[in-house]
Amino acid sequence: MMLYELTISQAQEGLKKKKFSVSELAKSCLKQIKELNPKLNAFITVCEKEALKQAREADKRIRNSQSAIRNLPLFGIPIAVKDLFCTKEIRTTAGSKVLENYIPVYDATVVRKLKEAGAIIIGKTNLDAWAHGSSGENSDFGPTKNPYDDTRVPGGSSSGSAVAVAMGMGLAATGTDTGGSIRLPAAFCGVVGLKPTYGRVSRFGVIAMASSLDSIGHLTKDVTSSAIILNVTAGKDPFDATTPQKSVPNYLKNLRKGIRGIKIGVPKEYFIGGIDKKIVHQIYAAIKRLEKLGAKIINISLPHTKYALAVYYIVQPAEVSSNLARYDGIRYGFGRDKFGAEAKRRIMLGTYTLSAGYYEAYYLKAMKVRTLIKKDFDEAFKRVQAIVAPVSPTLPFKFGEKTEDPLKMYLSDIFTIPANLAGLPGLSLPIGLVENLPVGMQILGPQFSEELLFQIGWAYEKK
Amino acid sequence: MKNSKFKMQNSKLSKEEVRHIAKLAGLTLSDAEVKKFQSQLNEILSYVGQLKGVKTKNVESTSQVTGLENVFREDKSMPFSIKYKNFFKTKLVLEK
Repeated sequence: MMLYELTISQAQEGLKKKKFSVSELAKSCLKQIKELNPKLNAFITVCEKEALKQAREADKRIRNSQSAIRNLPLFGIPIAVKDLFCTKEIRTTAGSKVLENYIPVYDATVVRKLKEAGAIIIGKTNLDAWAHGSSGENSDFGPTKNPYDDTRVPGGSSSGSAVAVAMGMGLAATGTDTGGSIRLPAAFCGVVGLKPTYGRVSRFGVIAMASSLDSIGHLTKDVTSSAIILNVTAGKDPFDATTPQKSVPNYLKNLRKGIRGIKIGVPKEYFIGGIDKKIVHQIYAAIKRLEKLGAKIINISLPHTKYALAVYYIVQPAEVSSNLARYDGIRYGFGRDKFGAEAKRRIMLGTYTLSAGYYEAYYLKAMKVRTLIKKDFDEAFKRVQAIVAPVSPTLPFKFGEKTEDPLKMYLSDIFTIPANLAGLPGLSLPIGLVENLPVGMQILGPQFSEELLFQIGWAYEKK
Repeated sequence: MKNSKFKMQNSKLSKEEVRHIAKLAGLTLSDAEVKKFQSQLNEILSYVGQLKGVKTKNVESTSQVTGLENVFREDKSMPFSIKYKNFFKTKLVLEK
């Protein structure tokens, strides 16, 4: 087994037993990047020099005291960071030419926490510009390619992060999920993706897309790694007023408890026309497995699901137009003429629906329907503890298949958007291949139920 | 754009309106872009127009989901005893 193939806990075991050094681990991932990135385009910036320097310092630290590994939950672990997260002294582009030359003077809270936990930042991953997209094709730095088939998209917007994790160009990667941008690429690339509850992880220093929906999470090779990272990133941040005081459990504590007797709902609205039959088949097989593990499967209904996409395409562009208004090229970055087509589309859509005379008809109406969608989930969670559903209605699609028709592209997120509107956590798990392409299943739970999602995910993952 | 248009639009965005929105948003569009965005925006607006049919009487709007209210910085006093005559002594703020 190569070092880049290890999960976080396997790597930590190896470091503890001195089977390899932090530098060797980092070099193994960097070698993967050098070999594969020219083809897959997963990274916009590779931090080779900084990463190797950090790794050498970490190795020195272990030589002096073994306790560093025990005390730091991510000691020596190479992590890729989506290029939407501000990294001090490392260029942060948001995948857009507007910020092509932007070098932040501070770290996002999540990046700071990862570093303090001992992680090594290996590079900044490619994404749809400003996180606008479901395929990675909207990046101003060229599309990322799916490692399973390089004529197909890896899913977006955390496209580079998903590919990086799938190919060991980092043992984990950060992502953001506003309408599915972690769960969809995770599903398309066969890795585990966590979209935490809205507010569970600080948004400070992450370039804002739609502020009432943006959720900060990560992509990993397995469920345990996902729990290890959330243990580091979750919690109140005085710099983000939407992070509640709510205490953070140890997400590893109940991981292996099993799922006997846990009630899991299957919403009928996620299995209607338009979804690939082969995906449905795969999801049902996964549900069977959960049942075998002792879960109680219950059919449920979330009647307003069909309106989620329409609500999202009012609320999200409205917030986008407001958040992107700050990019004027005066203080940093380039001017507004550098915005790509998708950013322009969303800015204009939002500007229109927020303008006087249209606000009530579009934005206010959408926020009311958002309440109904949230209530659907509230009702469902009176009967079940978690919900399982497909992540994507289709397999990873071909490049260019949906770029000329924005609405068709938007429909890729039809199953992931409801969780963002309701602020729920969602865990995307790989559940096997169809035609040699990965398929994902998402587990949704009530707000702040990440612990339970990991518990279900871990039980499923364990063969 | 007049204030009287409260209904979700059946009428489509004209090229002029697309140019006007772009101007409001600080974007400069080429003629080809105006044409492309006009049809794409109209398609999207017609799709989101389906919300017209949802009953939302007496439904409150959701602008944030976790129910937080009045989030303030912790109001904690800091010990501050260094005094110079009757003034507080602080670090230098402005460079000489």
